[in-house]
Amino acid sequence: MNQNDNNTHGDDILVKMRGLHFGFGSRVIIDGMDIDIPRGKVTTIMGPSGTGKTTLLRLIGGQWRPSAGSVEVDGVNVHAVGRKELYRLRKRMGMMFQSGALFTHLSVFENVAYPLREHTRLSESMLRHLVLMKLQAVGLRGARDLMPAELSGGMARRVALARAVALDPMMIMYDEPFTGQDPITVGVIMQLIRLLNDSMGLTSIIVSHDVAEVSAISDQIYMISEGKVVEHGAPQSLRDSSSEWVQQFMHGLPDGPAPFHYPAPEYAADLLGTA
Amino acid sequence: MVLDEGLQRLGRAGLAVFERLGRAVLFLMQVLTGLPDLVLHLRLLVRELYSVGVLSVAIIVISGLTVGMVLGLQMYNTLIDFGAEQSLGPVVALSLVRELGPVLTALLFSGRAGSALTAEIGLMKVTDQLSVMEMMAVDPIKRVVAPRFLAGTISVPLLAAMFSAAGILGAYFVGVGLLGVDSGAFWSQMQDKVDLYEDVYNGVVKSLVFGLVATWIAVFEGYDAVPTTEGVSRATTRTVVHTAFAVLGLDFVLTALMFGG
Repeated sequence: MNQNDNNTHGDDILVKMRGLHFGFGSRVIIDGMDIDIPRGKVTTIMGPSGTGKTTLLRLIGGQWRPSAGSVEVDGVNVHAVGRKELYRLRKRMGMMFQSGALFTHLSVFENVAYPLREHTRLSESMLRHLVLMKLQAVGLRGARDLMPAELSGGMARRVALARAVALDPMMIMYDEPFTGQDPITVGVIMQLIRLLNDSMGLTSIIVSHDVAEVSAISDQIYMISEGKVVEHGAPQSLRDSSSEWVQQFMHGLPDGPAPFHYPAPEYAADLLGTA
Repeated sequence: MVLDEGLQRLGRAGLAVFERLGRAVLFLMQVLTGLPDLVLHLRLLVRELYSVGVLSVAIIVISGLTVGMVLGLQMYNTLIDFGAEQSLGPVVALSLVRELGPVLTALLFSGRAGSALTAEIGLMKVTDQLSVMEMMAVDPIKRVVAPRFLAGTISVPLLAAMFSAAGILGAYFVGVGLLGVDSGAFWSQMQDKVDLYEDVYNGVVKSLVFGLVATWIAVFEGYDAVPTTEGVSRATTRTVVHTAFAVLGLDFVLTALMFGG
């Protein structure tokens, strides 16, 4: 499937978020975001931990509902459609969770076969071919009979990736794909994300705070902080940004607009107990 | 002031209980609407029947046997004072079929299979397996919860029957084998006094209700668990405690309705 086959809406923007707000009770997580995810590109949403990056993915997938604003995927307002329509849309989305989220009672082969068994009526031999092709793409054809408990963290994510692309989706979302991985695995996952995006005509959305890795494979980056988009653009333009906050984040500086200290009373007064 | 705060806290706790109960009822409705889909996925049901039913047989049979043996011994010592030790068969059978079989089976089921169901579903939630299913356009209530719910509801009445049968055999072993009660009297009086509709049928209805409630609590607690290690641990405890309260409370209500005169 190429990029044009995935374009059912004739629009270069696959995911449009407008005026998005979301929170838990009185705690605001997303405070009015406008984000465009272009079709066929790798877009990264980057920001410090706890700024609502994973929340954005759950809002795009329709798992959570925003308190205000809208999310359109391929022209469909995710939160305005019924369950049936939402499920139809989700069949065209893939998601790789941070943990891999493999089904622990199923083998690697059966994990990748799961969406195919659920949504298609392929013969067993055709299904086997498809699963082996997906596993070959992530380099784990030889691991088909292993159980998830026998896999390393990196292998589990690659299996999760193979499962996420099993139905040839139009887009794929990656939740912190590099966190906690060794350099070789990081390199493998980076290569796979770029390769699968380009060869399958996918649109990729990565949520991450690994600056070097995502800068190397992203076409554009959205920097978010405190529920808002701080800046967006190509990785190079963000590196050259004049924003102090962006500079702090891109270069990993310990103090700056994002303070080192959590808000607290004046230090001396606190020690003397007069605060 | 203190009274006001106390009342407010009580009110909030009351509202939270009813809010959760409402969620549990809505959840049950979703599960029930997912049951017809199981016709196409009988393998899932069979696997769960094995997991929650077949694997519970050992604990149920052993418990039934020991309860029956104790019951036989205690009843014999009481009945002999009235010269009625030949009535041991019906006394034990009625106790087991009407009360102890359904109630103890439900409590044992909750401890062995119910807690496992809660932990399993809760851990699937913690590890995002339920979320990934949703993102694959697969309804986890239909694929994960419904087969477990139906398997539990089917298993408990069958396990209760096994519990009662094992209990009667245990009482027979003690009463007839060790204490010298006449074997013919044991069985013939039981056959004479135990009514199929009044006793056996009502016992089956009880165990069916207990099975439904125990499994409902187990799957709801798992699905509603806070997705953390502590959250799953608390949910598992709640499953066992709530099931015990629900089963014992319902037992009184059902007994009053069935045998209250």
